Amino acid sequence: MLLISCPYCGDRPEIEFTYGGQAHLVRPADPSALDDQQWAEYLYMRTNTKGVHAERWRHARGCGRFFNALRDTTTDRFAATYKIGAARPDPAASEPTPGTAR
Amino acid sequence: MSVWRTPGGGRIDRTQRRKFRFDGRDYQGVAGDTLASALLANGVHLVGRSFKYHRPRGLLSAGAEEPNGLVTVRRDAARVTPNLRATQVELYEGLDALSQNRWPSLQFDVGRINDWLSPLFPAGFYYKTFMWPKGAWKSLYEPVIRRAAGLGVAPTEPDPDRYAQCYAHCDVLVAGGGAAGLAAALAAADEGARVILCDEQNEFGGALLSDPQATINGAGGQAWVDQALAELSANPRVTLLARTTAFGYFPHNLLGLNERLTDHLSAPPAGRARERLWQVRARSVVLATGAIERPVVFPGNDRPGILLAGAARTFLNRYGVRVGTRAVLVTAGDDAYQAALDLHAAGVSIAAVADLRPQAEGALPTAARRAGIEVLTSATVLGTLGGLRVNEIVLGELDGTGGVRRKRTVRCDAVLMSGGYTPSVHLFSQSRGKLAWNEPLQAFLPDRSAERERSVGACRGIYDLAGVIDDGFAAGAEAASGRSGRRRSVSAHSAGGDGSAFLGAVPLAGASSDKSFVDWQHDVTVKDLLLATREGFRSIEHVKRFTTTGMATDQGKTSNLNALSIVAGALEVPIPQVGLTSFRMPYTPTTFGSFAGASRGDLFDPVRKTPMHDWAATEGAVFEDVGLWKRARYFPRGGEGMHEAVARECLAVRSACGIFDASTLGKIEVVGADAAEFLNRLYVNNWSNLAVGRCRYGILCREDGFVYDDGVVARLAPDRFHVTTTTGGAARVLAMMEDYRQTEWPELAVWLASTTEQWAVIAVQGPKSRDLLQGLVEDIDIGAAALPHMSVAHGRICGVPGMVMRVSFSGELGFEVNVPADYGLGVWRAIHARGEKDITPYGTETMHVLRAEKGYIIVGQDTDGTVTPDDAGLAWAIGKSKADFVGKRSLQRASMHAPMRKQLVGLKSRDGRTILEEGAQVAEIPGQKPPMRLIGHVSSSYYSACLAHPIALALVAGGRARMGTTLYVPMPGGDIEVEVVPPVFYDPSGARIHA
Repeated sequence: MLLISCPYCGDRPEIEFTYGGQAHLVRPADPSALDDQQWAEYLYMRTNTKGVHAERWRHARGCGRFFNALRDTTTDRFAATYKIGAARPDPAASEPTPGTAR
Repeated sequence: MSVWRTPGGGRIDRTQRRKFRFDGRDYQGVAGDTLASALLANGVHLVGRSFKYHRPRGLLSAGAEEPNGLVTVRRDAARVTPNLRATQVELYEGLDALSQNRWPSLQFDVGRINDWLSPLFPAGFYYKTFMWPKGAWKSLYEPVIRRAAGLGVAPTEPDPDRYAQCYAHCDVLVAGGGAAGLAAALAAADEGARVILCDEQNEFGGALLSDPQATINGAGGQAWVDQALAELSANPRVTLLARTTAFGYFPHNLLGLNERLTDHLSAPPAGRARERLWQVRARSVVLATGAIERPVVFPGNDRPGILLAGAARTFLNRYGVRVGTRAVLVTAGDDAYQAALDLHAAGVSIAAVADLRPQAEGALPTAARRAGIEVLTSATVLGTLGGLRVNEIVLGELDGTGGVRRKRTVRCDAVLMSGGYTPSVHLFSQSRGKLAWNEPLQAFLPDRSAERERSVGACRGIYDLAGVIDDGFAAGAEAASGRSGRRRSVSAHSAGGDGSAFLGAVPLAGASSDKSFVDWQHDVTVKDLLLATREGFRSIEHVKRFTTTGMATDQGKTSNLNALSIVAGALEVPIPQVGLTSFRMPYTPTTFGSFAGASRGDLFDPVRKTPMHDWAATEGAVFEDVGLWKRARYFPRGGEGMHEAVARECLAVRSACGIFDASTLGKIEVVGADAAEFLNRLYVNNWSNLAVGRCRYGILCREDGFVYDDGVVARLAPDRFHVTTTTGGAARVLAMMEDYRQTEWPELAVWLASTTEQWAVIAVQGPKSRDLLQGLVEDIDIGAAALPHMSVAHGRICGVPGMVMRVSFSGELGFEVNVPADYGLGVWRAIHARGEKDITPYGTETMHVLRAEKGYIIVGQDTDGTVTPDDAGLAWAIGKSKADFVGKRSLQRASMHAPMRKQLVGLKSRDGRTILEEGAQVAEIPGQKPPMRLIGHVSSSYYSACLAHPIALALVAGGRARMGTTLYVPMPGGDIEVEVVPPVFYDPSGARIHA
């Protein structure tokens, strides 16, 4: 079970969270302006990152808040977690430590 | 005392006799015995039959790695535990154990015929045979094979015991309480760390418990263990867990520990938990899991009496048991000589030492020679003899050119063997750490860590006692403080520690007609592995699955490395190139009870009950599960079945009045200045023009345009909406709303709260409902003009503040009375009492029929995640003027308007009688043979008592253009002819609902 650091509550076990898929996808302001191809890109196309992946989590059985995380999909190490609206941090800047979510 | 039990020494108490029973025979052991040592003390070596060939088997080891000595321990019909390793079963007074995998008896087993027929059962046998005839697998082969295969028998009664679970956090978790683990715990505690030290055995000390030669700081090893334990138990920051197996290493330093609390007791106290599952999140982990001695692969190496040298030494030194009277040692290293010397000193005659090496000149071999033990070098084993126990071993001396110079048959009743040690890297590997091959030690050792953990001592290839303890001190201190540098040191010495190793089969093993076993528990031989390579398997992962080597419950603890070496030899590649199979949890089998804990029976899943649940139960309601909710399905009277009850309830609602518990509906309050805007962006409907006090049927789509949920939304105030959802959809709808609110539109002033359990909802439906409620409501005018269909008003109902919504899911004039949950039962009773003979309680089944008669969909039954609002006939609900809502852009795609999309229609059986099966397929052309061309399926189907004929809803391709046509529902008995009709069967004008 992963140990995930909620930016609002701190380290909590994975069982308190739900996964929210890829982060930093912004719903187009005017979807009607998009052609089918562009809309399909937004709606369905996701990266399948091997390595550090920006993804959304929700502390569903805690504070209820969504937040973003950088997780290495090959090791499950979290390089960072950060609030919605904050820019994606540079994963190299925060030294990932084995076994911790920070 | 028998000839097998020594007069003194060991960790047993000879004055405390323990009677026990094995296969129905009575024996006696002593306190401190395991079942294995007690059996050996009674001269019993034969403890099981092998899995496939049913060969007689004795104990191979003295610990967790035991592949042969699997027993069933039985306390009563409900407490039957199969597949326990006799080496780990602590003896208690009255223990009752059974051997496994034999019939009719351990001494005479019919299945042994498999051994003589073994040429017919090569590796991969099951994959190659039983392929024909095809039908015979299910009916004939599988049942027969299942009966013959498998280990042990499950208990027939439910488990009556209690299993506890707990969570713990610590700075340093030390797995393994041998010398290395104790040292690590001491050093970590020195740094002030919170420490948990666990060990699978009944006492701490590991190998030191069996090693009288060990000296630490000038005293015996046991004295050091005692002192360490005294120090650790006095420290309140240290938790010592004996009889506790670290069985699994999960991400981010979460370890699963299984603590056995009562299995060693003769009479476990009633009510005491039998096991405890620990889930420990550790800042740092120290793995001190030791090493396992490797057997030597030679012909006939599985006869009872042939066991690991270290196990023989443990049985002697720890349990005071001689494993034989005349033993032969087969070894390729110096360490094992200590076993021969110890047994020799205890009066066991050592007939010979067969050393596979050309030379054996170390201190221990020299000591052996000095003790008068004959040492043969360049030796090999050509075979063994004996029925239920080894009585002879055939040794040969290699001539250096691939032949045997001298062949000798040596009489013996025990053979000790040692191929060196295999470090136990199971937990390390489970943590996703990477192993590296160490050529000098001929072992895979921990290399790159994936977690904050460190391996110490024998599990990373350090075998000499001083080195092990130093390693433990250093690692413990570092794990606790993050700094290197240790404060403690010892001087220590024990025999052995040269770490020499031998892998694979002895020379000329292939020449024998007898089997050379690699995996004892799964009966995998050298021949099987060679066959696999001949058949083209190259990866060890494939060889493993083809031969099943290492796949038994012991996970190949004694076999994996030998198997790897044999495969590498056959493929003529270095061992690392063949690869290593994955280690999986659990390290040793762990009970289901431990994982289940309290989550069984009534506590298996949470149960949600409405405030009126007990009333319905008293009235004899039959309940159904809807998500976690218990919902009254129907209220049978006087021996009615479901169909009779539902018919009666339906007619009562249509003719008079029914009362229905709708409390489980999801309810979300959407509040804030931007509440209407928020709902506009989410739901397909337009909310801006919904007046306060009015309700509207809302549809929520996903961004892909398909219907996700539906429900009535009431506007309670300009900035306050009461949104209802489906019973099963409440949580996910709220989650979806939160997602958009928090991540897409954080600028909106809107707040969400689940109010599902705050309201009790009493649906009162039917032509008499208004009259009935009339006298029960205060401050609310529920007259037709004041409270039209789809409106809401606040006031008091039976004196309780609440709200009345005029809504109908039945098609009749209807109201939903909402009162605070705590008043639900009282208000329900009051309404029911007021209704007297005119009111009939009804359940979900009747609700389903009534709504289907009106063509109202149930999301998830009449929709399946590919249905748009238009497909469901609900395009009218879409707010046409809205620029955007979730799903709108997807609904603009051309394919969403294709005329042949599946659309909701009604179906009527042409014969007026046949009730269609929900899920049945719909065809355009009758009389088709598979594969048929199918154009849809039946989503809802009932008998309508009110209309006196069956009704069905279906999703049919281009359905709305097929009105009046005939379609066919193919069933095993033939096609059922159906007519396509509009989905609204009852009161299409809606006159009743607006009454």
